[in-house]
Amino acid sequence: MITMEHVCKSYRVAKRNAGMIEACKALFRRKVEIIHALSDVSFTIGDGEMVGYIGPNGAGKSSTIKILSGILTPESGSCLVDGRIPWKDRKEHVRQIGVVFGQRSQLWWDVPVIDSFELLKDIYSISPAVYRHNMEELTELLHLQELLRMPTRQLSLGQRMRCEIAASLLHSPKILFLDEPTIGLDAVSKLAVREFILRLNQTHKTTVILTTHDMQDIEALTKRIILIGRGRVLMDGTLEDMRVLAAVHDNDNAAAAQPEQTEESLERIVAALYQQLHIV
Amino acid sequence: MRACKKYFSFFRLRFNMGLQYRMAAVSGAFTQILWGFMECLAFLAFRQADPAAYPMTVSATVSYVWLREAFFSAFRTWQTDGEVFDSIMDGGIAYELCRPVSVYNMWFVKTVAGRISVATLRSIPLLAVACLLPKPFRLSPPAGPVPFMLFVLTLFLGLGVTVAFCMFTYILAFFTISPQGLRMMFTSMVDFLSGAIIPLPFMPDGVRTFLELLPFAGMFNLPLRIYSGDLTGASMLRGIGLQCFWLVTLLLAGKALCRAAEHKVVVQGG
Repeated sequence: MITMEHVCKSYRVAKRNAGMIEACKALFRRKVEIIHALSDVSFTIGDGEMVGYIGPNGAGKSSTIKILSGILTPESGSCLVDGRIPWKDRKEHVRQIGVVFGQRSQLWWDVPVIDSFELLKDIYSISPAVYRHNMEELTELLHLQELLRMPTRQLSLGQRMRCEIAASLLHSPKILFLDEPTIGLDAVSKLAVREFILRLNQTHKTTVILTTHDMQDIEALTKRIILIGRGRVLMDGTLEDMRVLAAVHDNDNAAAAQPEQTEESLERIVAALYQQLHIV
Repeated sequence: MRACKKYFSFFRLRFNMGLQYRMAAVSGAFTQILWGFMECLAFLAFRQADPAAYPMTVSATVSYVWLREAFFSAFRTWQTDGEVFDSIMDGGIAYELCRPVSVYNMWFVKTVAGRISVATLRSIPLLAVACLLPKPFRLSPPAGPVPFMLFVLTLFLGLGVTVAFCMFTYILAFFTISPQGLRMMFTSMVDFLSGAIIPLPFMPDGVRTFLELLPFAGMFNLPLRIYSGDLTGASMLRGIGLQCFWLVTLLLAGKALCRAAEHKVVVQGG
């Protein structure tokens, strides 16, 4: 069970105009602006749910994931994950969760993947039996057999992402956060990753929270969508709700109103919705 | 016990990783052999100029030079673990923060392991060459079995002091955009104050007494001088005491600062 109530998080950003003179001025005096990454975000996610968390770039998706995984401390608001405050009980909390940041790597760059896995086994104190069982399952489902003995640096992005996902699941977490897991992947890898996530949710009842820009991910995986923009939750509902919302906002846009299932129409709906909500 | 196992695994992986950079070790050892030889020549020239003013014995200076070169990669402060800085700079630290480990301990162990693995690779050829050189360039054996054991002990303690000090540069990177400036300032300061440029006995008396109280004297100045018998008795015990004191102080202060930093952390980039 995950609850977030009235969570706010802001960053200080030093801004200046272009040019030498401006750069020199900034040496002495910096204009600092406060950017509100999250303002008053609230939602509840039940056990075993699979939720798509979408929004334009800079909407606050990653900040939310980072708060939920105990990395960032919000300024105000409360957040409970299975009864724990993530940033207070960081060490206990992170035992129960798995995180994949699609744009970063958790595998050691110059050593074979299996070495990174063995390290995670010790970090999470995974018992040998559980480790063996999880390894067998993950190796089979994500087709890792050939990859485990290769150094991370020589894996393709798709191969690496499969290993990253496996790495996040070795300790059988109850909750999995996926921050853009399909970014930059080819069609085959995307399908493989989606299929795996779906299966994980069904067989292990793992709660999955997924951020992505790929609407097909959302369509294939999640029933529930949380739409965030400019740090606020704008919609919490199904894909259908989103279509309706887009149609309400734009009666002229016939494409949005028609429930076509093609990829393009879905992308259009989202793009139109972002524009209409003025969150781009 | 389980907690130790985690950190031991970090140590093992980082150590093994360091062992695979063979060419770097060969070229590094080669450079250092030449450098050490040059330094020995310089010190011998000093001595010829004024033997009375020369504060150490020749064999002690030569041993100091060779041992410093051999364990150079373990003690140089400017060779800080690039991975740690990168993870702070580009936000890779996000992954490290979502593990059930203490960030400070993990970085400490990783850095120690990285240093020991590189030093192991480099010190073997270097020490071998230094033992085979003709006198007066030859590395002399230790002053005795007890000094040798104390040398090994203080060498490890000294590595602890060095890494505990480097941890500050890591943690301060949380608060600045780029750690380069701080790193340069710290490292050039430490190089001088620890006796990496010239051994501490060569410093003027007042300055030397002061420097010996600072944590930097406990980095490699102490073990290297114990080895050759340049430092014995009460002054040696005092040195070891100070070294332990600084190790504990730096560790505690670093951990406290790290805790403060963790709560202020801004994970950079998306």
